[in-house]
Amino acid sequence: MSEGIAEGIGASVRRKEDRKFITGRGRYTDDINRAGQLHAFFVRSDVAHAKIKSVDIKKAAAMDGVAAVYTGRDIADDGVGGLICGWVVPNRDGSATHEPPHPILAKDKVRYVGDHVAMVVADSLATAQAAAELVNVTYEELPAVVDLASAATAAEIHDGMANNTYFDWELGDEAATADAFSKAKHVVSATLRNNRLIPNAMEPRAAVAEYDHIADSYVLHSTTQNPHLLRLVICAFVLNIPESKMQIVAPDVGGGFGSKIYLYAEEACCTWASKKLRRPIKWTADRTQAFLSDAHGRDHINNVQMALDDNNKIIGLRVDTLANLGSYLSAFAVVTPTYLHGTLLSGCYAIPAIYTNVKGMATTTAPVDAYRGAGRPEATYLLERMMNIAAAEIGMDPAEFRRINFIPKDAFPYQTAVALQYDIGDYEAPLDRALEMIDYKGFETRRAEAAKRGKYRGIGLSSYIEACGIAPSAVVGALGGRVGLYESAVVRVDPTGTVSVFTGTHSHGQGHDTTFAQIVADKLGIPLANVEIVHGDTNRIPFGMGTYGSRSLAVGGTAISKAVDKVIEKGKIIAAHMLEAADSDMEFKDGKFAVAGTDKEKSFGEIALSAYVPHNFPHDRLEPGLEETAFYDPLNFTYPSGTHIAEVEIDPATGVVTLVDWACCDDFGNLINPMIVEGQVHGGIAQGVGQALLENAHYDENGQLLTASYMDYCMPRADNFPSLQVDYTVTACTHNDLGVKGCGEAGAIASPPALINAVVDALSPLGVTDMTMPASPEKVWRAIQNAQTKAAE
Amino acid sequence: MPTVSMKVNGQSVSHDVADNTLLVTFLRETLGLTGTHIGCDTSQCGACVIHVNGASVKSCTMLAAQANGADVTTIEGIANGDELHPMQQAFHENHGLQCGFCTPGMIMSAIELVETNKKLSEQDIREGLEGNICRCTGYHNIVKSVQDAAQKMGG
Repeated sequence: MSEGIAEGIGASVRRKEDRKFITGRGRYTDDINRAGQLHAFFVRSDVAHAKIKSVDIKKAAAMDGVAAVYTGRDIADDGVGGLICGWVVPNRDGSATHEPPHPILAKDKVRYVGDHVAMVVADSLATAQAAAELVNVTYEELPAVVDLASAATAAEIHDGMANNTYFDWELGDEAATADAFSKAKHVVSATLRNNRLIPNAMEPRAAVAEYDHIADSYVLHSTTQNPHLLRLVICAFVLNIPESKMQIVAPDVGGGFGSKIYLYAEEACCTWASKKLRRPIKWTADRTQAFLSDAHGRDHINNVQMALDDNNKIIGLRVDTLANLGSYLSAFAVVTPTYLHGTLLSGCYAIPAIYTNVKGMATTTAPVDAYRGAGRPEATYLLERMMNIAAAEIGMDPAEFRRINFIPKDAFPYQTAVALQYDIGDYEAPLDRALEMIDYKGFETRRAEAAKRGKYRGIGLSSYIEACGIAPSAVVGALGGRVGLYESAVVRVDPTGTVSVFTGTHSHGQGHDTTFAQIVADKLGIPLANVEIVHGDTNRIPFGMGTYGSRSLAVGGTAISKAVDKVIEKGKIIAAHMLEAADSDMEFKDGKFAVAGTDKEKSFGEIALSAYVPHNFPHDRLEPGLEETAFYDPLNFTYPSGTHIAEVEIDPATGVVTLVDWACCDDFGNLINPMIVEGQVHGGIAQGVGQALLENAHYDENGQLLTASYMDYCMPRADNFPSLQVDYTVTACTHNDLGVKGCGEAGAIASPPALINAVVDALSPLGVTDMTMPASPEKVWRAIQNAQTKAAE
Repeated sequence: MPTVSMKVNGQSVSHDVADNTLLVTFLRETLGLTGTHIGCDTSQCGACVIHVNGASVKSCTMLAAQANGADVTTIEGIANGDELHPMQQAFHENHGLQCGFCTPGMIMSAIELVETNKKLSEQDIREGLEGNICRCTGYHNIVKSVQDAAQKMGG
């Protein structure tokens, strides 16, 4: 690393991308309009489960200003493919995941409220919406399937899919785990529910599709997190378009959190119809549509048993999970509760035997897929709740119970019982730091003080591990993944020494324009202002996999670093030629190529110019130009970890849980921009606090989503939080050049169990031992009332 | 269609619009001022907050016609040329934004909050921003930004 660069690696540089956003000059998909564009509006099912008897479009199609009304029949007749699943797993009996068809417009059956039945295209949104009201769909209703626990015995949702079960998967050694339980001194059991969430990126999904009939090509502006993945799926599987004829542009995107990974029906329909009508077509979801049809998150029921030996060491863990995947298999619905969940069940702990069985269930609800953390928050929730439940049962301090079960820092690399090999970690360091930050020792004094004020005060810990940067691709493939999970970068040096970096990742709030530029500026010894990051346009960037799973820095950043290394290596050869020195004598430091031990040197800018004006150039060895590409396929996941601690106060009169303090210490490996990392931690915590205290997607027994607006789905607000204390410890990742691990999901993974542990701790003097998420005032108040009633009996 | 006239960011504008045109639609579609965003359909999220005659207003909750004759300021109109408004500068300095979608509404709400209240406590700011939802930042750095701007604005 270069020294003395205030803008380099490790500096909290203010973000390059901010100015456009704070002045209102961001360019989001809905800000884009095209001459002659039409507007699309979708007729959605208002019943959860039904056969479509007829779709009468006559009145709608006849309305002034309506260009077309399309139904599932039109789509099917045109040979349009359905949405696909990007990862499947084998069943316990060796058979394959059941992958029912997922048409982009329903033809025979609807399977959730919000399912797409028809598409109306008109010259204004108001007209399209009014015409949609005139589309008359006749349904023969079937029973809704809403309850996850009984879904297996409910009405069949997909023809020929027995027990509404998409898959029945296992991981770990069942016999060894049973053996551990037979030898256990204590067995701790619990049923733990992970509540269903709706991601709610603030920018609703949107698309503007254009077809050029002269070039027979398309441009699709989309709110996607991964433009190339979108292009691949829409071209190869849905619309049968050559990839080279499709440009996907993801301009500024207003948050994603997983929900914008997938190709959705609407953008496929708009693209298809843009050719039919030879007019640009725009569609933007309103918030109600977002609630109904964005992929939801979480929604698991877990039966968990933990076995402890005489020394309070965990010797076995068994987890049986029902995962609600909704009406159709979304792209990464299968991997989320399996390989991103079962593999995380060892957490930070040395657990010799683990076995898990996960059944992926269909219900007549919206598809469920990856949401910030994707499987890892669900695994962490059950494990970290179990750590507290077990500690309480054996009468041990939950921090100490964690400590004695941590994988010791000298045990790395550590092979878990659930397939992962952790490269490095030190779990005690962040635990100790977080305990110190929140003054854990002083807690009982604070509890007593709160009690005097009539409040129940509680403290809760969560020590988590996450697995980021899913890789390597060969392993992903062996585990059922249908994608590679490398990342790409092109580093293009201009003749005047400025640099453009083209990355396959996509920034929708993460600050890549700044973080990635810091890496390049640092390595090349040039000003940050001389580096531009380009992302989000398939016609400009190399084929890349996009942004999710906290992968962008660990995988995409490393690809950039490797491309920069290639630039430096080429630059050394050019410089050696110009300085008449041997390649091996060349050094690159602080932006200068120098002959070691001499004062002979060439600046980065001089070498850049020479590469493009190659008058004095080693033509016998090199091609002109200074532009390098790297595709980086990691050797392993990265494993961030840490401890989060929540402190709450509960008002027994109202049941309101007030979060009064939060301290966390995370190990993300090396930090490129601590300010941006801290922002990611804050945001992740807020989403986890939302899950634990406020948010819940609720369907009634008829499959109607009762929480389909911000009036009913409680989003976290500013006054739900105290100031958050954030700190770090560092063990550098051992297998990428930057020693980085990823930070985007940590807060959302760590925080829900910390909060629920704190709520249960607060109520423990009353004898309360569990609380389901969200810990709403009503639930907490009832728990207090029930406990007091019991005590009085 | 009635004619609606108002001053937007210091410039007089006059357009014929349908009766049911929302102010936010007028700003975004008719005037092309796309800095004001639409994040919900129930007046909860605050992405569309602008100033009408100096007061912060959710522009999705007002008809364009209701703003006839009004003095309207949007996110595009608060900087003084290249010199950012102290609230914009504070959001930049304190990393008070991530994806940027809620940011214009958040900044407009925060400006009015600071301009109409002296000596805001942290809790006052948190409660004052209750009508603006951010999904990225956890509000921590937004609150810091508003505190910072309040100092610079003499609040």
